[in-house]
Amino acid sequence: MRSLGTLLTIPDLNHSYLPKSLLNLIFPFNKMNKANAIILKTKSFFAEIGDMTLFAGRFFREVFRPPFEFRELLRQCYNMGNRSLLLVGVTGFILGLVFTLQSRPTLMQFGAESWMASMVSLSIVREIGPVIIALICAGRIGSGIGAELGSMRVTEQIDAMEVSGTNPFKYLVVTRIVATTLMLPLLIIMGDAIALLGSAIVENLKGDVSYMLYFNQVFDALKFSDLLPATIKSVFFGFAIGLVGCYKGYHCSKGTVGVGEASNSAVVYISMLLFIIDFIAVFVTDIFFEI
Amino acid sequence: MNSEKNIKPVLELKNLHKSFGDNHVLKGFKLKLFEGENLVVMGKSGSGKSVMVKCLVGLIQPDSGSITIKDQDITTMGHKELDLLRTEIGFLFQGSALYDSMTVRENLEFPLRRHKDKIENFQGTEILVKEALENVGLAHAIDLMPAELSGGMQRRVALARALILKPKIIMYDEPTTGLDPITAKEIIHLMRNIQKKYQTSSLIITHDVDCARVISNRMILLVDGINYAEGTFEELSKSDDPQIQAFFKN
Repeated sequence: MRSLGTLLTIPDLNHSYLPKSLLNLIFPFNKMNKANAIILKTKSFFAEIGDMTLFAGRFFREVFRPPFEFRELLRQCYNMGNRSLLLVGVTGFILGLVFTLQSRPTLMQFGAESWMASMVSLSIVREIGPVIIALICAGRIGSGIGAELGSMRVTEQIDAMEVSGTNPFKYLVVTRIVATTLMLPLLIIMGDAIALLGSAIVENLKGDVSYMLYFNQVFDALKFSDLLPATIKSVFFGFAIGLVGCYKGYHCSKGTVGVGEASNSAVVYISMLLFIIDFIAVFVTDIFFEI
Repeated sequence: MNSEKNIKPVLELKNLHKSFGDNHVLKGFKLKLFEGENLVVMGKSGSGKSVMVKCLVGLIQPDSGSITIKDQDITTMGHKELDLLRTEIGFLFQGSALYDSMTVRENLEFPLRRHKDKIENFQGTEILVKEALENVGLAHAIDLMPAELSGGMQRRVALARALILKPKIIMYDEPTTGLDPITAKEIIHLMRNIQKKYQTSSLIITHDVDCARVISNRMILLVDGINYAEGTFEELSKSDDPQIQAFFKN
């Protein structure tokens, strides 16, 4: 005797020649199938979150345990940091430039152009700079890690490392997560600085504000309580990029299709996670620093 | 031929079971590998040969059964002990599995990074790398990237990497798959030469009859997850059993 559960999920109506409206009338179970599929997807999503938490736990167990892979860590820092400089620099510059250009007319309406430097610097340093640059890095670094480790997994290179008596988790995962955690705050600080430079150029050209005056206003507006939470937040952003990229790549399967999926889903998950971290960071900052 | 009663095996598998969901791949498979022996395990594609050999090196955890290598049960071992034991096992992967971001030299140096102490009379990484590459006739390719090598050359570099820690047991997972007949023959002869030079025990997983004929001292046919038949190449190739004959028909 078949169980109710199997009866509800039997009809595969996707390849039927009958019109869909008629099929839905004959087999109301199809709607049940959709509900089942949503439940299954939700379950697998939470299972993946659980797996990722265990993966993070393994990272914390391995990161302080010798032997340490310093040379590989430096190589990864170079790859992720130095090779992202141009992208982050251009993004930061355009960000500052556009933000100032767009805000100018509105501030002029209220006769508040003199507030431009403080408004732009606070917005960029506290929020826009870290989030935009982290999202850019999610695309460049996170997807890169996902694709690299994914292709290593499907071509058995990770298995080969394990068989040769080297811990691949320590060599591949720990080094990459530490590198992103160290490099992202530096990239964000640099990106913020270039964004402010972009803003200063616009102010100099459009509003005849000297660079000296602009940056004096910027440093007057910025406080320690603006810089510290943003930097701490960017450390978590870096950790999230490394963790999710490595998790997706390390657990990649299904051949070359799986590599593409690993890279793609790494970016999706990281982007989601960045906004969640940002929300929590703003909430916590509000408690401790009273924004 | 080794007498199973008198000689202790270097590697022993007992009653190995492994399933992936509803797919029961190994159903009580067993084997013994003796010192200096070339044992060939033959089976159709998808019969579980690669799963079995990956269970042997701890890449896949079996559902049940025991795997004993040099009197140590690897199914109950911790990571550290397993890593140490792995230095005594060379493994040639089906697709070579060379690290594509590293040169040939770095590929060969990689297993040495943590286990230099395992090599008697260690004279330096450079000497060992050159010796391993000379063994496979690729000393000139030391600074090339894997992408610059042909399939046969990649397989030979992978073999050199498997040999670099001077293992006592070498496992070959489909060593000739994907190669042209001439290159496949070269690889088979290389495997024989290495076995003679270093007196290693070899477990060869293949469905290549030519490879089995040239290299095997003993063979096991793996069918439906169990040992279907066992014997020398001559014994099995003369069998009347249609299932066994199917392996030897070209």
